[in-house]
Amino acid sequence: MTALLETKGLTARYGDFQALFGVDLRLDAGETVAIIGANGAGKTTLMRSIAGVLANGPGEVLFDGQPIGALPAAQVMARGIAMVPEGRKLFPSLSVEENLLMGAYGRKVEGPWRLDTVYDLFPVLKERRNNPGTALSGGQQQMVAIGRALMSNPRVLLCDEISLGLAPVVIRDIYAAFPQIRAAGASIVIVEQDIGQALKVADRVSCMMEGRVTLTGRPAELSREDIHAAYFGVHA
Amino acid sequence: MIWVDTIVQGVLLGGLYALFAAGLSLVFGVMRLVNLAHGDLIVLGAFLILVIVSALGLNPFLAALVALPVMFCLGWGLQFVVLNRTLGDDILPPLLVTFGLSIVIQNALLEGFSADSRRISVGGLEAASVSLGPIAVGVMPLLTFLSAVAVIIALNALFYRTALGRAFRATSDDPVTAGLMGVDPKRLFATATGIAMIVVTIAALYLGTRSNFDPTIGPARLIYAFEAVIIGGLGSFWGTLAGGVIIGVAQTMGAAINPEWQILSGHVAFLLVLLFRPRGLFPRAND
Repeated sequence: MTALLETKGLTARYGDFQALFGVDLRLDAGETVAIIGANGAGKTTLMRSIAGVLANGPGEVLFDGQPIGALPAAQVMARGIAMVPEGRKLFPSLSVEENLLMGAYGRKVEGPWRLDTVYDLFPVLKERRNNPGTALSGGQQQMVAIGRALMSNPRVLLCDEISLGLAPVVIRDIYAAFPQIRAAGASIVIVEQDIGQALKVADRVSCMMEGRVTLTGRPAELSREDIHAAYFGVHA
Repeated sequence: MIWVDTIVQGVLLGGLYALFAAGLSLVFGVMRLVNLAHGDLIVLGAFLILVIVSALGLNPFLAALVALPVMFCLGWGLQFVVLNRTLGDDILPPLLVTFGLSIVIQNALLEGFSADSRRISVGGLEAASVSLGPIAVGVMPLLTFLSAVAVIIALNALFYRTALGRAFRATSDDPVTAGLMGVDPKRLFATATGIAMIVVTIAALYLGTRSNFDPTIGPARLIYAFEAVIIGGLGSFWGTLAGGVIIGVAQTMGAAINPEWQILSGHVAFLLVLLFRPRGLFPRAND
């Protein structure tokens, strides 16, 4: 079966610094894959490479079997891959509602996600829809960032470090929305440093270290020792 | 009553300066590009209208309508092919390239039209006036001011009530993240410059019909435009109108005291605003 999203031997560089070394990743339709790893492991670089933000080196990114590795971010998004970037990256000049509407700028397709259904998913955003996006709390900003990505009715949702800097209770609230997002039809790639959270939501987990995938498997099949070794490069 | 008349004339003159400045404000607001060729593009627009009037025998207002799509395409192409390559973290390349463009436009116009001073005739409208109570105002200055207000209203509506305007503001905030929303920043910037050139054409119409112009007067118009934009606060359209009016009123009041003080008074008003409000009167919150 053709994977919905796949990278084959993907490499990426920041100038002279090589950040990814032949990364293979597979996401099937309806699946949630979590990518875990320590700071600097290459998780965000992988997300940016798939989304078209970062120019890729040798290697392939395939979406529905079609190569998209050379496309710019706007065209990748138009094909149905939306990204929730690390740090939320809300537009400070725009209100909450305008931030959400921007999410559908480059891809206007019928689907389950519209302004009203995003407000149903995160009711607090409706109350604060006329506030500047950046005036919200960190958790609410993350809800805007996720809602903004959903507005394009993506087939693949890339979530980069959505729990970063948030209180555990807020993280729980945000992850509580994911079953509904999956049920609406999106396949999800989650980059997460919180191993416990990643294991809870993912169908499969890939661990990265120093720009390479060091472990892949289903959460139930991975032992604590395997993950520890893949995450830190040393055995517990 | 003389002072009231002076202030009214200054407000109307400010409309012309606001038109000079609005395109500059738009381009700076969207892509943080300081276009040193802006004044020369206004002069280029005036020559284009002059050519259309001469060749087709059209009324200047109709000629401006014909010039609008030409100038839009010129701006779109200029941004897409040339100016987009200069954008980045370093502010020097756009300054150097637009300075060079200014010189190229001036010399091309000198080559094509000579250094002779020109004017676009609007017939009887030039001398027509209307009475506002005890004060008589010229029809052309009044039309200029009303056009400036209409341009500012239109730009505000575009920026704050349309999807394109949202994309302009989002891309101005963060072009990389805007790309994740499906925005192609290069095409969006080209569209912004195209729209700025529509405003430039309107400014060119009033420049050409209200005063003499020649290929070398662009840089002086650029200075007025800069001063209006900076007084108003970078990226604020209503601020740009206010900036133009402040310069206009300062100039007419200076001229009323001593005709030699007209230009100087405008510059002094600009410096005073900079002294007390360095970010302008209506700065954007996130600048």
